[in-house]
Amino acid sequence: MVAPTILLTVIIVVGAWGILIYNSLVALRNQVQNGWRQIDVQLRRRHDLIPNLVEAVKGYMQFERDTLTQVVEARAKAVAAPDTSSRIAAENQLTGGIGRLLAVMENYPQLKADQNVARLQEELTTTENQIAFARQAYNDSVMRFNTRLQTFPSNMIARNTGFEPADYFKGAPEDQAVPKVDLSMSAPRA
Amino acid sequence: MAAQHSDFWILERKNRRQTAILIAVFVVLFGALGFGLDVLFDNVEFFNGTIVGFPILTLFALLIGGVQSVASFYGGSSLVLASVHARALKPDEEPKHQMVLDVIREMATAAAMPVPKGYIINDPAPNAFATGRDPAHAVICVTQGLIDQMDREEMQGVIGHEMAHVRDYDTRTMMMIAVLIGGIAMLADFAWRWAWFSGGFRSRRERQGQGNSGDTGAVIGLAIVILTAVAPFFSQLLAMAVSRQREYLADAGSVEFTRNPNALLRALGRIAETESPLRDASRGTAHMFIVNPLEGANEDQESFFANLLSTHPPLARRIARLRAMSGQGASAAAPGAA
Repeated sequence: MVAPTILLTVIIVVGAWGILIYNSLVALRNQVQNGWRQIDVQLRRRHDLIPNLVEAVKGYMQFERDTLTQVVEARAKAVAAPDTSSRIAAENQLTGGIGRLLAVMENYPQLKADQNVARLQEELTTTENQIAFARQAYNDSVMRFNTRLQTFPSNMIARNTGFEPADYFKGAPEDQAVPKVDLSMSAPRA
Repeated sequence: MAAQHSDFWILERKNRRQTAILIAVFVVLFGALGFGLDVLFDNVEFFNGTIVGFPILTLFALLIGGVQSVASFYGGSSLVLASVHARALKPDEEPKHQMVLDVIREMATAAAMPVPKGYIINDPAPNAFATGRDPAHAVICVTQGLIDQMDREEMQGVIGHEMAHVRDYDTRTMMMIAVLIGGIAMLADFAWRWAWFSGGFRSRRERQGQGNSGDTGAVIGLAIVILTAVAPFFSQLLAMAVSRQREYLADAGSVEFTRNPNALLRALGRIAETESPLRDASRGTAHMFIVNPLEGANEDQESFFANLLSTHPPLARRIARLRAMSGQGASAAAPGAA
């Protein structure tokens, strides 16, 4: 009589423990998916902003045709990207282009006087930062999720319930070289 | 970083526990004062070791304490914001106000938290604090001086620090400390005033010169009222000890969000250069700010007693810790280097 009771208890405990692990994996996967959506929201916002900014600055920056064209083309490629990996590549290219554009804009003092441009510039700067931070949060959540998939004991549950490791959002290699955008519109140093 | 995540749960649990203890102590103090008054007014008497009578004032005080705790929980942040004369940040007032709102949104993204509301205090002393009972009701408040003196990166460091307070539920504990310590101080004040006007701690019957049964009662009543009087001091000590440790943790949280120790490092350095105290800060709200708003940063003391009585660790020590982080943290500073 004792043996079956012990067996039953063990089965119940192990089962409950398995359910807990499964649920925590689902929660982590949802975090990863939500992290991706956050990036997506910011990338779309960037797509919407670029035409306005290019329109606003092109009068001032006749000598920067190349920079502007690069940004516009990278945007078009990103918008039309058929799948995630080509989209990530195009978005990384766009990030580099915008970094250069924002850096070059520093050379045009007239731009700072234009309130419309200053507003767009702030909006683009914050969107760029949002993308960087959303990517950082997303990659952190991917790491937590993948670690759980690969470590004992959660890997046993994951293997039998069809969890797939998530992909990191990797930046372009050149991306690391571009300094973080810091475009304080007016930075009076005390 | 998986460890960081569980650290945050530990912090949150610790904060929940501390808030519960704080509320319990607060309600018990209220009850004790009520009981002391009951004894002094002869509502209850000690008779052969048992308590006789109906402690109406005790029940009344407990009720007030409970109601005030609930009210503090839900209304505490508006009370705190009103006491420092803060108002909501509007994007169109000044371009840099838009920038602050944007930075708050950026840090919320980095922390994967809801976006807190932005508030501003019209004061030239650079400072900031966060409040709210949970991340969904959080408020981050900065001074005009901070906005004027910080560039975007430094602002990220400061807001990141506040965002860490929000994520760890420090804001709830700190808010309850601010409001309830105020309540305890008021209570003690009331007790002493009443004692003063009623001519000392003697029971009514004693004063009328009848009987000595009031003696024990009067002693107990006196003890309880004295306890209530020293309570603010000890609760303040507790608030200080609790808040000092949290400043280090929030500094580390800021670096976790920005991956850029230099941002907060530069911001604290810049704040250390200014000396002006914040006009509307009080002893009750001082522990909420990123740097002590009551003294110029230059008065930062290192001694043991200065430490014991301070809500903030010395700026120099915080800066040193951040510098250590940035020294070894070349790899940690690259975003998405996971």
